[in-house]
Amino acid sequence: MTTQEALFKYTLRLSDTSLILAQRLSEWTSKGPFLEEDLALTNIALDILGQANSLLEYAAKTEGKGRSSDDLAFFRNEREFYNTLLVEQPNGDYAQTILRQCLIDNFDLLFYQELAKSKDETLAAIAAKSIKEITYHVRHTSSWVDRFGNGTEESHTRIQNALNELWRFTDELFEMNEVDAVLLKEKIAVDLQAIKPLWKKQVDAILEKANLKLPETVFMQTGSRNAKHTEHLGYILAEMQYLPRMHPTAKW
Amino acid sequence: MSNAVDVEKNFNSKLEKNDFVEPKDWMPENYRKHLIRQISQHAHSEIIGMLPEGNWISRAPSLRSKMVLLAKVQDEGGHGLYLYTAAETLGISRDELLGALHTGKAKYSSIFNYPTLTWADIGAVGWLVDGAAIMNQVMLQRTSYGPYSRAMIRICKEESFHQRQGYEIMCRLSFGTEAQKEMAQDALNRWWFPTMMMFGPPDKDSPNSEQAIKWRIKRETNDELRQKFVDRTVEQAEFLGLTIPDKNLKWNETKKGYDFSEPNWEEFYNVIKGNGPCNKERLEARNKAHSDGAWVREAAMAYAEKKKENILAA
Ligand SMILES: [Fe+2]
Ligand SMILES: [Fe+2]
Ligand SMILES: [Fe+2]
Repeated sequence: MTTQEALFKYTLRLSDTSLILAQRLSEWTSKGPFLEEDLALTNIALDILGQANSLLEYAAKTEGKGRSSDDLAFFRNEREFYNTLLVEQPNGDYAQTILRQCLIDNFDLLFYQELAKSKDETLAAIAAKSIKEITYHVRHTSSWVDRFGNGTEESHTRIQNALNELWRFTDELFEMNEVDAVLLKEKIAVDLQAIKPLWKKQVDAILEKANLKLPETVFMQTGSRNAKHTEHLGYILAEMQYLPRMHPTAKW
Repeated sequence: MSNAVDVEKNFNSKLEKNDFVEPKDWMPENYRKHLIRQISQHAHSEIIGMLPEGNWISRAPSLRSKMVLLAKVQDEGGHGLYLYTAAETLGISRDELLGALHTGKAKYSSIFNYPTLTWADIGAVGWLVDGAAIMNQVMLQRTSYGPYSRAMIRICKEESFHQRQGYEIMCRLSFGTEAQKEMAQDALNRWWFPTMMMFGPPDKDSPNSEQAIKWRIKRETNDELRQKFVDRTVEQAEFLGLTIPDKNLKWNETKKGYDFSEPNWEEFYNVIKGNGPCNKERLEARNKAHSDGAWVREAAMAYAEKKKENILAA
């Protein structure tokens, strides 16, 4: 695998994760639990969609085959998407959405802080820009996990259920393959195994404060590094892509 | 303490001098009531308006259009927030206002009871609906009640973006493929008359207008605004190569404006009564969001209470 090929795949992994997450988060827009929170979550969705857009533009450029960012977003199939399984999981109730987001925000903060040091200038710049946004996201979602964990009995049950449901998708965030190996050598990629203990420490602290317990017997799911997904992704893409695909020559 | 005659004089002189009435000022009870009704209807319209447009976020056909639409729907929520806050300065709570919306007691703009069926509807809504809203809102920037006026100034800036963005979608479709052009024309056909209704019934049937103009809660009549809107929009449609679905549309040299057909006012009153194509869906969606969110709001409240107790105990 050449550096360029690896860079393309790596960038897709990041862009797809952001794109699918933004797609999921924006399902809440106009349906939030109260107006201020509706606006706040939509804001997070917008930040993440902006990241996806920058990353897809860079992926398109890196690939160098004349495809645009829209081509990459709307004309790839289920088996060509590299987003992590966690982000494609259904929103569930607000606890599940917040918990998913909190796990990802904490990962993203560590990840993008490292990526900001990447030898690849474009990735470094995108990362640097994202850090400020993600810092706010972490604060927002972590404080909601605390509120749910220490709020009412119902909210505690809901957030604990969310953790039980989603924990099995967290190992995958740190998986590395040939793509990482190639780019680590070039000091372009982030060493995921190195940030894993830091992430675990942060998350443990949040969960402890919220009186939450990690589920005991969890079998960790995997697949997205090879574009193997849960059944949810197909439906997300069907909805997201139908219009451009129906009018393949049209400009929007 | 000034007596009743003085405060009323003071209020009237503010209206005459184009000064703002502020929350702590004395105001006639009818003025307050009229304002609460008008501002909260406007706030509800922003919130309900998020639904038909939110309907297309997941299906927006390009990354850019998805970002623009998501930001727009968020703006509308922000407008709702400014307006609820302005209404609250008149001594009513957001809970009361939302309660009235959710039980179907409060009104909101009837336009949002029409469905967004195709992507072109997102263009048409921005171009026509936000366009019509701006005509109303520009006038309200100079309204007599301070908090309302200030909210409108912030809102107007964003609404004119929305209108431009909507028109941009219409441009892309109108100068695009045959199928896109058809989509654009179909959207115009469906949104034209409902948009005309946004200015309210003809002046002769609009009992509240005269008093509202005296109070500077309204500054131009329904018919004046409708005429302005038609005159401006006809040119924009011509540029797009789209046809306004009104056979009676004709330039009138004497009045220097277009003659046009009245919308079907019977339909208008029906939609207001709750019989529009989406009244039921909109109210259900609002109520579902509100009741699904109840445990979240309760948790936040319980948490805040506990924090307070801990601070007191510490
Ligand atoms: Fe609006
Ligand atoms: Fe608005
Ligand atoms: Fe708007």
